[in-house]
Amino acid sequence: MKLKIFVTLKPGVLDPQGKAIQHALGSLGFAGVDDVRAGKLIEMQVADETTDAQIDEMCRQLLANTVIENYRVERA
Amino acid sequence: MKTAVIVFPGSNCDRDLAVALEAVTGVKPAMVWHGDSELPEGLGLVGVPGGFSYGDYLRCGAIAARSPIMRAVVDSANKGTPVFGVCNGFQVLAETGLLPGALMRNRSLNFVCRDVDLEVANTDSAFTRLYEQGETIRIPVAHHDGNYFADAETLDRLEGEGRVAFRYAEDVNGSARNIAGLLNEKRNVLGMMPHPERRIEAAHGGDHGRRLFEGLLEMVGA
Repeated sequence: MKLKIFVTLKPGVLDPQGKAIQHALGSLGFAGVDDVRAGKLIEMQVADETTDAQIDEMCRQLLANTVIENYRVERA
Repeated sequence: MKTAVIVFPGSNCDRDLAVALEAVTGVKPAMVWHGDSELPEGLGLVGVPGGFSYGDYLRCGAIAARSPIMRAVVDSANKGTPVFGVCNGFQVLAETGLLPGALMRNRSLNFVCRDVDLEVANTDSAFTRLYEQGETIRIPVAHHDGNYFADAETLDRLEGEGRVAFRYAEDVNGSARNIAGLLNEKRNVLGMMPHPERRIEAAHGGDHGRRLFEGLLEMVGA
């Protein structure tokens, strides 16, 4: 089974990288760009019998730091 | 006093910390590889050094925090052994959960590498006991991810419990409430972004970092 795990900063956590991207888009002349947030996409292949609980544990123990990040799992 | 310094792939301040510990304690620290699963017996301090463990992959300190030796460090800290994390070591300790919050990319996005003034915010710990409350000390920083974050409730609690050990005298990296160094609840774990191990003798340009190690030595004993 293929997984896509999206790790994003929680709302309210300042994202300096997002701000820099927003600024750069502005300097390229793209108007009206606001609230840019940068995150991570982690793709992986896992055994078909991997349970939702196990995937959740992977995210909570390593892939996301839940102090500052949220995660969302997509199964392909 | 017996000490140990943890060495990860990508640590680059492990020897600075070892030299500082030897200068103050008179005993060479044990250098303990990240893949080991046990610490030497009878340690008075475990040092988690600065650097870029595992290339800062995933998040700074994230992979190091899950290495076999860190399980032993967490167990040892929970039993009361003093643990000191500096720079990347602070990031690692935050990732293990020994210290609350997280260290994020500097708000300026710039790597900050210079001397900064720190206020000693709390002297009630083995690490800070030889400083004066409110004293200003000058210690170098060298980091890209030193922007301390915790939610407002956690910050209030940390301040209420006197667990902020050091604060930046100015905004250095965007850290919440200018927090530069934090203690755990039992006050035997300290994490800080600035590098006191780089300021232990006049030839370093000052010795404001030395008392941190001396205080610990006095408290723990030889």
